[in-house]
Amino acid sequence: MIESRHLTKRYGEKTAVDRLDFTVKPGGVAGFLGPNGAGKSTTMRLILGLDAPTGGTAHINGRRYAQYAAPLQEVGALLEAKSVHPGRSAFAHLMGLAYTHGIPRRRVEEVIELTGLQAVAQKRAGAFSLGMGQRLGIAAALLGDPATIILDEPVNGLDPEGVRWIRDLLTSLAAEGRTVFVSSHLMSEVAQVADHLIIIGRGRLLADTTVHDLIRQAGGDRVKVAGADPARLRELLAGPGVAITDRTGSEELEVTGLPAREIGSRAAAAGIALYELTPVPVSLEQAFMDLTSDAVEYHGSTPLARTAAGADDQAAKNGSTA
Amino acid sequence: MNTAAPSPSSAQLFATARPPYKVTSLRVLRSEWAKFWSLRSTWIALGLALLFMVAFGVIAAMQAKNQLTTYGQLRGHFAGDTGVGLALFGINFGQLVLGVLGVLVAAGEYSTGLIRSTLAAVPRRLPVLWAKAAVVGPVALVVGAIGAFAAFGIGARIISGTPVALSLSSAGVVRSLLGGGLYLALVAVIGLALGALLRSAAGGIAVLVATLLLVPGLVALLPSSWENDVSPYLPSNAGGSMYAISPASTDLSPTAGLAVLAGWTVLVLAGGAWRLKRSDA
Repeated sequence: MIESRHLTKRYGEKTAVDRLDFTVKPGGVAGFLGPNGAGKSTTMRLILGLDAPTGGTAHINGRRYAQYAAPLQEVGALLEAKSVHPGRSAFAHLMGLAYTHGIPRRRVEEVIELTGLQAVAQKRAGAFSLGMGQRLGIAAALLGDPATIILDEPVNGLDPEGVRWIRDLLTSLAAEGRTVFVSSHLMSEVAQVADHLIIIGRGRLLADTTVHDLIRQAGGDRVKVAGADPARLRELLAGPGVAITDRTGSEELEVTGLPAREIGSRAAAAGIALYELTPVPVSLEQAFMDLTSDAVEYHGSTPLARTAAGADDQAAKNGSTA
Repeated sequence: MNTAAPSPSSAQLFATARPPYKVTSLRVLRSEWAKFWSLRSTWIALGLALLFMVAFGVIAAMQAKNQLTTYGQLRGHFAGDTGVGLALFGINFGQLVLGVLGVLVAAGEYSTGLIRSTLAAVPRRLPVLWAKAAVVGPVALVVGAIGAFAAFGIGARIISGTPVALSLSSAGVVRSLLGGGLYLALVAVIGLALGALLRSAAGGIAVLVATLLLVPGLVALLPSSWENDVSPYLPSNAGGSMYAISPASTDLSPTAGLAVLAGWTVLVLAGGAWRLKRSDA
């Protein structure tokens, strides 16, 4: 369980993290989303006590990270991939961390195996590819068999196989009851593993939601219906929580709040022929961009407008990569 | 490839048995010890320091022997020297190598980003600095002392029978040679502290070299009454008193020299500790 309360970090004039409130519960993967420069990495550094917050608190299972007698057993973290001395072998790097906690050599060998690093464990980490470096970082994060796992952009720069490997790993770690908190600037990546989404922009919380809710919010449960008797169909489908829009002169309706299956059954029961019944696909990426650009527009009239425009470009760029 | 999926046994391990891990000062020391020796640069630096100490000591002894046979006395660099001074001729080079090693042990953590891993494992931070000092200092002491005694031993054979020859049992010899080792240990710890304070290898090395080599030269430009008040307390000169077999009258006594250099070390180390504890990593 990770609890951030009014977490704030200012670097001089710039506020990197702005009164951030969120809770990550155990037993699931929580995605931490935001455009580049939104404050994700800073937040993670604050949680680990690498940076001291200007205000507020970040607690892990009720205590500050630094208060644990065996922090690696509490939280395993992958921050930037290259938190390794390039001159040291993967094994020596992990052993160096293990010694601080009295973690046995056996466990070091275990995490090397778990991350598929056996073949390169004795090689200098400086010669590692990005993917290998990422695996080494994850091996270090798993070293203490921690209850909470924090990964900053773990799929950055990985090949498709590496991406799938991370995805499987995150899912299985969460299935074991651990708290998994993973950041990304790509909604498409996170949506595949995470249920809980924490979205920030320019240091502020934009949404604390779930993939399901975000899809709904983005109009994701819209269904296009065309049938023989639009007016009757309309009556048939109307109800609390259901919104129906139509265009004059068209037999097409757009229904929000009812699944296509239900619409089809009702139409069939009433004997109305349907010509079209299509769930409208929604792009989570689009929803994410709308959310983050909304925040940018919201601040557009303040003196910070210039920075806001920058973040907007960034969000657009993220969208196109997806 | 699905090596990732942890086996059911590891899931059980997670749910039930939690091994009693705990960070202790001794374990941090063990970690820093292992980290120190697992870098090639450590071996290179220690090898170089030893080589410089012994090689320059031996070369000095050979030169002295030549001068003694040619002129009957020591001249130039070696004027007034004895077997100990000759044996410690390489200490100027040894101090640079070991000081730089000290800087790298701390600054290398920052330049590589390793510091994030290190402080995530030891979030109280200060034990890391103490452990590094407890590794770097004693290792430099041992290497420096071995170098000094080896250079003295070999040099003693070269200059035996000359008026400047000394044996280990001569008054002050063992103290001087150990003093040389201790000086190198403190310089290495000062280097470490500078690395922790400045978080930059280039910056740390620059300040170290300036302190050891340039500042004494600058102080020599001061009016002599000032110079005499300031000069003995500079780190390099206070250190020189530690290993000089017969300090000049203007110099500090060996014990006072040790006290002054130790004071400098504590000061810089406190600065490094302050930066480590207070600044964001």
